[in-house]
Amino acid sequence: MGNEYYRIALVGNPNTGKSTLFNALTGLRQHTGNWAGKTVSLAQGSVDFKNKTFQLIDLPGTYSLFSNSKDEEVARNYIAFEKPDVTLVVLDATSLERNFNLALQVMEMTTNVIICINLIDIAEKQGIEIHEKRLMNLMGVPVLKISARNKLGFPMLLDTIDRIVNGDIKCQSFQLKYPEEIEKKILKIEQQIHEIIGDTVSARWVALRILDGDESLINEITKQFKLRGDY
Amino acid sequence: MTRTKIIKLVDGEKGDIIKITALLLDGVMRRRLLDLGFVNGAFVEVAQKSPLGDPIAFRVSRTTIALRKEESGKIEGELIINGE
Ligand SMILES: Nc1nc2c(ncn2[C@@H]2O[C@H](COP(=O)(O)OP(=O)(O)OP(=O)(O)O)[C@@H](O)[C@H]2O)c(=O)[nH]1
Ligand SMILES: [Mg+2]
Repeated sequence: MGNEYYRIALVGNPNTGKSTLFNALTGLRQHTGNWAGKTVSLAQGSVDFKNKTFQLIDLPGTYSLFSNSKDEEVARNYIAFEKPDVTLVVLDATSLERNFNLALQVMEMTTNVIICINLIDIAEKQGIEIHEKRLMNLMGVPVLKISARNKLGFPMLLDTIDRIVNGDIKCQSFQLKYPEEIEKKILKIEQQIHEIIGDTVSARWVALRILDGDESLINEITKQFKLRGDY
Repeated sequence: MTRTKIIKLVDGEKGDIIKITALLLDGVMRRRLLDLGFVNGAFVEVAQKSPLGDPIAFRVSRTTIALRKEESGKIEGELIINGE
């Protein structure tokens, strides 16, 4: 009765186990298979924890959030404009270099991030050792090792989500520093962007995307503001 | 002493393992390839060539990804293992 309600988004590269994690936590039977890009519409399901309800949203797997495809656009728009309370980035423990690329992009967009290093059972079999505490210090957000298929690490994950929405854990998501020349340009337009869009979306991120010539994002922002009747 | 041989991914044969040394393209296409894991230093295996040679499937960062000639022709690397 009267549970507090929070939205938790799952993002990650294709085939990293997002749907498996989603199903295991929510008890839903969303189809999972073994090919990339099969999650098309957004599955939603909930899990109760303490006095809260976490509404999980299973986003399509993508390598990037720069909107080169419909899937990327769906994932990007959800994180940027629907503003989930917490975003879980699900990484493949055996392929961290590429997977962190997406994690860094997410951390540029939003603050409340948990990095879930999944498939830890396979990594261990391959002799891959992951120092999650060190990663946590570097990233400024919780980093947890999990195995979605074996349901390992779930209590810690739910507890971490709970602490973030409570405000007991304050994420300080790591921000990539760009070359001086680009940082100067960001500074120049970031303030103006903030005046226009307010706190809805990270102004630094929008500045970066504009400098990169990302017209699709500008169009989307215009559309979003019209929808909301702010402009 | 073995001489290192630099080739373009497009010229790789099935089974070759190539360590990427350069991406000779810019903009969105460069970004896309980086996102897919075609970064400097990454090891790429030529997984499959279609009869006409386009696209070619590569194994990179534990995933199989098919690239068109326009892309694989612009990625250079050191031939580490000759597949034949
Ligand atoms: N060994 C092992 N396999 C896992 C684990 N988690 C997921 N898998 C397997 O990985 C495969 C992909 O899982 P999915 O949950 O479909 O991956 P996804 O991230 O939803 O994929 P997309 O929706 O395509 O992005 C499935 O065969 C899962 O059974 C894990 O912790 N350990
Ligand atoms: Mg899925």
